[in-house]
Amino acid sequence: MLKTLGAQIKEFKLASILTPVFMILEVIMEMVIPLMMASIIDDGVEKGNMHHIYVMGGWMLVAALGGLLAGSLGAIFGAKAATGFARNLRKTMYENIQTFAFANIDKFSTAGLVTRMTTDVTNLQNAYQMILRMCFRAPFSMIIAMIMAFNINARLASIYLVAVIILGICLMLIMTRTTKYFRQVFKKYDDLNASVQENVSAIRVVKAYVREDYEKEKFTKANSNLYNMFVNAEKILVINTPLMQATVYTCIMLLSWLGAKMIVAGDLTTGNLTSLLAYCMNILMSLMMLSMVFVMITMSMASAERISEVLNEKTDMTNPEKPVMEVSDGSIEFRNVNFHYKQQGGDPVLKNINLSIKAGETIGIIGGTGSAKTSLVSLISRLYDVSDGEVLVGGVDVRNYDMEVLRNEVSVVLQKNVLFSGTIYENLRWGDEHASDEECQHVCRLACADEFIEKMPNGYQTMIQQGGSNVSGGQKQRLCIARALLKKPKILILDDSTSAVDTATDARIRKAFAEEIPDTTKLIIAQRVSSVQHADRIIVMENGEVNGFGTHEELLANNEIYRDVFESQTGGHGDFDEGGAA
Amino acid sequence: MPGPGGPGGRMRGPRPKVENPGKLLMNVFRYVLKNYTPHVIIVVICIFIGVLANVQGTLFTQTLIDDYILPMLKTPGKADFSQLAHAIQRVAVFYGIGVVSTYVYSRIMVNVSQGTLRNIRSDLFIHMESLPIKYFDTHAHGDIMSIYTNDIDTLRQMISQSMPQMLNSAVTIVSVFLSMVYLNIPLTILTIVMVTLVFFISGKIAGKSGRFFGAQQKDLGKLNGYIEEMMEGQKVVKVFCHEEKSKAAFNELNEQLFSSAYNANMFANMMGPINAQLGNVSYVVCAIAGGLLALNGVGGFTLGGLVSFLTFNKSFSMPINQLTQQMNSIIMALAGADRIFRLLGEEPEADDGYVTLVNAKKENGKLTETDERTGLWAWKHFHKAEGTTDYVELTGDVVFDDVDFGYNDDKIVLHNVDLYATPGQKIAFVGSTGAGKTTITNLINRFYDIQDGKIRYDGININKIKKADLRKSLGIVLQDTHLFTNTVMENIRYGKLDATDEEVIAAAKLANADGFIRRLPEGYQTMLTGDGSNLSQGQRQLLAIARAAIADPPALILDEATSSIDTRTEKIVQDGMDKLMQGRTTFVIAHRLSTVRNSDCIIVLEQGRIIERGTHDQLIDLKGKYYQLYTGKPAEKKDAAAG
Repeated sequence: MLKTLGAQIKEFKLASILTPVFMILEVIMEMVIPLMMASIIDDGVEKGNMHHIYVMGGWMLVAALGGLLAGSLGAIFGAKAATGFARNLRKTMYENIQTFAFANIDKFSTAGLVTRMTTDVTNLQNAYQMILRMCFRAPFSMIIAMIMAFNINARLASIYLVAVIILGICLMLIMTRTTKYFRQVFKKYDDLNASVQENVSAIRVVKAYVREDYEKEKFTKANSNLYNMFVNAEKILVINTPLMQATVYTCIMLLSWLGAKMIVAGDLTTGNLTSLLAYCMNILMSLMMLSMVFVMITMSMASAERISEVLNEKTDMTNPEKPVMEVSDGSIEFRNVNFHYKQQGGDPVLKNINLSIKAGETIGIIGGTGSAKTSLVSLISRLYDVSDGEVLVGGVDVRNYDMEVLRNEVSVVLQKNVLFSGTIYENLRWGDEHASDEECQHVCRLACADEFIEKMPNGYQTMIQQGGSNVSGGQKQRLCIARALLKKPKILILDDSTSAVDTATDARIRKAFAEEIPDTTKLIIAQRVSSVQHADRIIVMENGEVNGFGTHEELLANNEIYRDVFESQTGGHGDFDEGGAA
Repeated sequence: MPGPGGPGGRMRGPRPKVENPGKLLMNVFRYVLKNYTPHVIIVVICIFIGVLANVQGTLFTQTLIDDYILPMLKTPGKADFSQLAHAIQRVAVFYGIGVVSTYVYSRIMVNVSQGTLRNIRSDLFIHMESLPIKYFDTHAHGDIMSIYTNDIDTLRQMISQSMPQMLNSAVTIVSVFLSMVYLNIPLTILTIVMVTLVFFISGKIAGKSGRFFGAQQKDLGKLNGYIEEMMEGQKVVKVFCHEEKSKAAFNELNEQLFSSAYNANMFANMMGPINAQLGNVSYVVCAIAGGLLALNGVGGFTLGGLVSFLTFNKSFSMPINQLTQQMNSIIMALAGADRIFRLLGEEPEADDGYVTLVNAKKENGKLTETDERTGLWAWKHFHKAEGTTDYVELTGDVVFDDVDFGYNDDKIVLHNVDLYATPGQKIAFVGSTGAGKTTITNLINRFYDIQDGKIRYDGININKIKKADLRKSLGIVLQDTHLFTNTVMENIRYGKLDATDEEVIAAAKLANADGFIRRLPEGYQTMLTGDGSNLSQGQRQLLAIARAAIADPPALILDEATSSIDTRTEKIVQDGMDKLMQGRTTFVIAHRLSTVRNSDCIIVLEQGRIIERGTHDQLIDLKGKYYQLYTGKPAEKKDAAAG
């Protein structure tokens, strides 16, 4: 994991090395100052040597300036290294995600990917900055101060050594216990927030069932639990400060007592004692700092793991070595295809599929929820790879095509489709970035989207909000169809793409397809019989198998499922929706 | 790109300006003190003691050299250490008290800060639950959530760290200042001058850093918005081979963030060394000036005095640095506190209804109230004027009398709606999206209040009925199914909290959900997570229907309850639904006309007005809009309005 993450430092290696160097320089400068201070007192003040005070004072100012310079450079390089590291992490993750196949995307949830790229990266950025700036500075500061203290008087300095060891052990104990507690606490905290989230989005259910009091009680209870856990964790953590104080105070008193004796005995000067007292804070604060860095690192470990998961995820699908760059026609063939999703074990989703579809045919696909209609069509544009058998487009196994070529020729309108923030034109041009305004308007006419677009105040320049939240479901579906048409594909797949479009408009779209793009093979998945009954042939899916494949009349005569669905829908096959077939 | 605070903007926009920080801070204080006044008093006292103990220790180093070591040096050979031993013992006692009080106040602060946060969370949640639906319509859910996460987190920082730290710093500054004055006035003035300088410079840097932090927050918001949008549409990106484009746009935003984050962090990092080294400069200047004073013995200033003074000099700049740093986080926390208090100040859902729903039994043809669950319900109507109470049997008779409604007063979406539903009838609403179907049902259970007209339930104006009781009498299956993180069993039981397992299973069977539930890995005990994301849309709807079934309400609202169920499954569900609807007044909103055909009354809505009403056969005969939609043939009769 560290190797994966470390590789992302890249061009910020130099800054990453320079930061601790300058931090150490800053420490040296800071350390020199108490030394000079002692010299001022001992050699200057006590001997009445004003000249020495000036010289030493001058040097002290130089040291302070040097410290300032080193500190600032450390600040600059530290910021550069940490924010640069974060930038690289985001960049590499994003680029890797772009290579993901559908199977990889399914593995991580959308929310999971977003968290990894945002919160987790910020956590690592802060931890990395802390490591660069403190991980070397703090121990170094402690060691130097220790050496200097020993240099002044080894016997007195050994007090610090004992203090460091005792305090260090205590801090370790406190930290390991609290980090363990805090992990549990934060987990519970997330759960609590998740339940708030649930309440916010399900507020109508809560209110409809008059469950406000029930939810309040549930929340208050969970909240009190969380409070107790927090208090238990922090209860241990608050020992830190008084413990630290106690150690410092004990050191000061021991030094005062033993130091006084030594001064009287002539083994120590008053200046030496002052310096020793000054080092006391240095040593113990560094230790404290170190323990904080330690906590921060352990806290960010979870983020580091999550990020590594994305970085190490290899795409399931790669381009073949010598890809076929042209799709000759829109014929489709399934040969003995079995398929199951990698993430889910168990039975295959598609079982022994054999189909042959000619170029230019219109094929309807119908079947119950979970009958694997979507899985079937997603194999055609190689969104997933088959487990067994092969899928051929234009007579060539889809795995032999260049993926971009294949996907440009096989245009899919996904069931769960998304529009992006931007104008309608911009959204349409996802299909073909060089499309002229006229071409865009043409495909919108085919998809019957022109009627509502032209009614919008800004027409095709209307801004679509994130997720297409400012257009209705039916409008969104028609825009998505138009976008897919702009690719001028050889195969067009509509996965339940007109479910929110009223029956009359649906019929007009199908008519436009038949007249305007007769050579394109069209696969239409639908719930409504009316959407598929005029297709050249209809596939009836049931439990991952092809239950029937034929014309409307054939199926009506021979296929029980189809007959069932047809009968349940005939008569009232109408559907109300926006526009209402005006 | 969404602007700051735009779609899904989880408070990642630039830090908002807090209008009245002083008042807000007082509000926070008041909130803390509401429950923890004695605690806070003890904390303040302990901080005082702690600081004083520390200061006396520093003062002791002066007496150590001047009063004990130097005199002993003058009398070599017969040094008397007993006095020093006494002095150290005295100091030790003070130190001990200091350590204890530090522990005490830190420990109490844990309870104060965590307790306050717990109270805020509970208050927020309890208040939120009481807010009208309108609040949730008009506030992005991401923004509401960020109050619970980001805003409370920053507030925790402020209460548990910044507040005691600031108090500590303030006390330290005052006591150190007094000690310095006591030691030497000219040097004190010198120190103050130096500190002012430090303050001035770090203020400048803090300003710069703050500006860059604002820019960083803005860029971060933009980038996060982009990431959210693209991750949501990642599959579409793949289908359209848009990877390179999406990378390019991402890189641009990523570089922007890098640059502003770099600057923000750099200036924040530089604050430390600059403050520290300026402190050192102040130290040197004082050392030279003090050395001169001590050497010349000006004003009886001694070597020991200088040593102490220099320690104070250091302990003077430290709390001041801390103060400047805390200021930043306090301002951030106040912005969050502002949002918290604003939510707490939102007007809760008004409920001045007084008619309640009670269990009833019939004795000699007269309704009386009873405690046991009889299956018979009655409205308990207290007439204030006469001081009498009468009971009206709950039957599910709903009347709309010339109702006008708009989500805002200036935009009416329902006009002159008249409606009668007699007990046990099935009323269907059809019409295009936005015609007002869902809106009508939202009025029956008073998710929204009407502008004009009257709605009566069993002859009682629904404004007089307590909202909770009104809603209890209405089962509802919503267009968007929402499930909770819990087992399947508990999710169904949500409709009736005291239902037994057998009742839950019976309800599931009624809704034809039992079959798929049993096939789940752990049957009824299967945990649902993330709004039931491990189920298909159809399965989730079946659970929602089961949930309504167990509540066993006299009236039922089904809002597109079967829209995501395929027609074959729907047939199975339909049986269950028919059983469920038996003997209940039911309002059905449907998309598919086949589901409404057997309704007692079909109401066709268009742009907030009822344009046709009648049974299926009547409407077909009418040859209007319904006929047109049902048969796909053009309407023959326009402007049809039947009774």
